Amino acid sequence: MKVSLNNEPVEVAGATTLSAAIELWQFGGQTIAVAINGEFVSRSNYATRILEAGDRIDIVKPVGGG
Amino acid sequence: MDDALTLYDETFSSRFLLGTALYPSPQIMREAITASGCEIVTLGLRRQNPADRDGDSLWDCIRQSGRKLLPNTAGCKSAKEAVTLAEMSREIFATPWIKLEVIGDDYNLQPDPFGLVDAAEQLVRRGFKVLPYCTDDLILCQRLLDVGCRVLMPWGAPIGTGQGLLNRYHLRTLRERLPDTVLIIDAGLGAPSQAAEAMEMGFDAVLLNTAVARARDPAAMAAAFAAAIGAGRQASRAGLMHKRQTATPSTPTLGQPFWHQQGE
Repeated sequence: MKVSLNNEPVEVAGATTLSAAIELWQFGGQTIAVAINGEFVSRSNYATRILEAGDRIDIVKPVGGG
Repeated sequence: MDDALTLYDETFSSRFLLGTALYPSPQIMREAITASGCEIVTLGLRRQNPADRDGDSLWDCIRQSGRKLLPNTAGCKSAKEAVTLAEMSREIFATPWIKLEVIGDDYNLQPDPFGLVDAAEQLVRRGFKVLPYCTDDLILCQRLLDVGCRVLMPWGAPIGTGQGLLNRYHLRTLRERLPDTVLIIDAGLGAPSQAAEAMEMGFDAVLLNTAVARARDPAAMAAAFAAAIGAGRQASRAGLMHKRQTATPSTPTLGQPFWHQQGE
């Protein structure tokens, strides 16, 4: 099924959990935070959150800022 | 601590908050942070390609600086975006502190006052300690206080312009009407003299980034700003004289030799 990752279309298998997708996309072990469809998803929910077709997933990392 | 700055019940000896963007390298940023003497640094969150690890060294540097982190919601254009990004920041950086930005105009990056109050209200309710980047509008500032903000950060000028304090009347009004509120001048300062002026006007602290990061020698400029902020603060506490329209001699006129002796 298709989802979007940081505004880019990507394919993932059905019933993929967010934690599996994070590993698949090579964000594992990095300092990240996640929102799906504009809603924050806490780290404690990564393992139970199942991705659905059309989900818009944002994964962010720290950057310099003013 | 003599003359400490208190923000949300935490005290700081420095009145200089420094941004971490735009430096030529992480090492130069680290040197600027050290030279500034700042105890709080701002930073942000952005989408990044997982393979791109360039930002990791900057993040390592920021973390290793040991400074208190003040994450921002830069680039957010609605209360909903800002609240979501604030939640993401709280988890990553393990802090309820947030520099709240809700931008209303792409041209001058002017804060959206309506979105700002909406987001601030939601975030305070969720337990955040909100430091809103706002305009110098008194009513907006009062509304932000009404919804529970305890620190306000009015702009000096639009972000990155280096124009200094563009609206002194509004800024003086803010200081006079909100005497017990912590007010930090955030954004738009380009020179240490402008930071000193802000402090002389009675503002509690200064937050800036571009003027230091884009200097030929960022560490030296950070030191210059730190000195100016300290001098301005000291002057404010000492009490500036009132301006006068006409000259008054500082040397006594009594006992002046040759007084009215011409023609005698």
